[in-house]
Amino acid sequence: MAVAGNDGDEGVDELTEMISATGLVKRYKNVEALRGLDLSVPEGKVLALLGPNGAGKTTAVRILATLIKPDEGTAVVAGRDVLNDAEGVRRSIGLSGQYAAVDEHLTGFENLEMVGRLYGLGGVASKARARELLERFDLSDAGDRPSKTYSGGMRRRLDLAGALVAAPPVLILDEPTTGLDPRSRQQMWEVIRELVGAGSTLLLTTQYLEEADKLADDIVVIDHGRQIARGTADELKSQTGGERIEVVLVDDGDRDAAVAVLGQVATGEVQSGDSERALTAAVTGGADSLSQVLAGFAAGGIAVLDIGLRRPTLDDVFLSLTGHATESDTDSDAGSAGGEGA
Amino acid sequence: MNAVSRALTDGWVITKRNLIKIKRVPEVLIFVLISPIMFVLLFAFVFGGAINPGDGVSYKEFLIGGIFAQTVVFGATFTGAGLAEDMQKGIIDRFRSLPMSPAAVLVGRTTSDVVYNVLSLIIMALTGLLVGWRIRDGALDALAGFGLLLLFAYAISWVMAWVGLLVPSVEVINNASFIVIMPLTFVSNAFVPIQSFDGVLRTIVEWNPVSALTQAARDLFGNLPPGETVSDAWSLQHPALYTLLWVVGILLVFVPLSVRQYRLASSK
Repeated sequence: MAVAGNDGDEGVDELTEMISATGLVKRYKNVEALRGLDLSVPEGKVLALLGPNGAGKTTAVRILATLIKPDEGTAVVAGRDVLNDAEGVRRSIGLSGQYAAVDEHLTGFENLEMVGRLYGLGGVASKARARELLERFDLSDAGDRPSKTYSGGMRRRLDLAGALVAAPPVLILDEPTTGLDPRSRQQMWEVIRELVGAGSTLLLTTQYLEEADKLADDIVVIDHGRQIARGTADELKSQTGGERIEVVLVDDGDRDAAVAVLGQVATGEVQSGDSERALTAAVTGGADSLSQVLAGFAAGGIAVLDIGLRRPTLDDVFLSLTGHATESDTDSDAGSAGGEGA
Repeated sequence: MNAVSRALTDGWVITKRNLIKIKRVPEVLIFVLISPIMFVLLFAFVFGGAINPGDGVSYKEFLIGGIFAQTVVFGATFTGAGLAEDMQKGIIDRFRSLPMSPAAVLVGRTTSDVVYNVLSLIIMALTGLLVGWRIRDGALDALAGFGLLLLFAYAISWVMAWVGLLVPSVEVINNASFIVIMPLTFVSNAFVPIQSFDGVLRTIVEWNPVSALTQAARDLFGNLPPGETVSDAWSLQHPALYTLLWVVGILLVFVPLSVRQYRLASSK
């Protein structure tokens, strides 16, 4: 835990670490869910923990949220040790899990008011805070309906609102958009961005590279309970070759002409694909590159069977980092059922 | 705030949460209330003629104390099932990540289940009055009888709370409690007079706390045959005291055990 310059002789410290974990190990019966994970999140920053099911993300979250104890290692959240001062940690965090932990028989308002009272805010403040959060999360109209009647996205928002009741300095979000439809996911992202804009420190877990890319300052990729890469989204993408355009031609006679068109936008050599008629070009311009290529093909009379812009996915990241895809390792899934909630 | 007052303050918040569920899902309550009515009517009319508990007391009169005891003990299943459900739905995780008293969820659950038991006692008493049961001693004695029933049920609630956290499956809880509570209430004087048991079984029945609870309730409602000694066992000579000792013993063991289990509880 870096306590910013409280000795006076450290000069200007770097940013205060709001979450810092060292050597976390957690074993379940015959599986090691975490095998020595280190994490650090500076104040006001967002760290994404990226990995497939069974990688140990939820286990890490549960340790940081004081729900389980690590077998080895230490973790300090907002200056409090998760082992020695669990209550202090709980005062400083808001947790929103992948299973929206709202009481379905209570209304949205009652859920939030209850959480406020359990934080010790008192009746008046709890009620006021509940109304304020319902307003902010676009749930005012539904606030007096039992949350059982809510859509998946609404429940998630209510759950997230619950994590914010006491305005904690650290937020821990476990797969906040898993299972949501694209529109609800977009809404959730907007909400999370606002929170970060307001200065919260955030640790989020996700299976989606896109999500980590959109929300996080820093990404830790984990697999089998271990960090396998760390960096910004751009750094990770550059490791995986970034985005690319994939083309399948109708006629392999057009191959040279197509390579020339692709060459104008490609960042490297245009590669052959699976067959003579398939080509792949790494690009950086996204959709602009794609329309440029399409225009070039149209001008040259090159017919294509299929063309698309491929963005690197978690699979690509995994493939390039580990040499294997994000397999659903049955051992690790079964073993982590105790901690991962897969 | 010290630990106990926090457990009570936070526990009350959880109690209110559980009571809202009764309001939102009244079907559950109706079900809870119908089964005791059914029990009173079934036993009163099916066994009413076949069993003679002793001179001067009708079986219906004798039966009601036993039905009360059995129903409130069964009510503890709710505690276990309610906690198992909270575990399954992940809301225990939310509670455990909050800076609240670790006893609060358990205090709240066992308290709201007292409300269930109060309601079912009222319904059973009314049904009993309809089939001929009467309170023959003073009202204060009767209140003491109801109080003792609720206290014992409260203690059993803490046992089931522990089980519910240990085995977080509503189905398993329901079956498990059936396996334990059924013999506990049937191998007692709840439904048949103690004279009808012999040998080892008789000793078990005499020292079964449900027998003492039933005996105490009958005594306080004035439903015992006058002047008759049913058993020489100390437990049945001092049934209220013996029941209270069980209540204290169970709470001393299972309150800490359940709170410890809650701290360890990990839903998924």
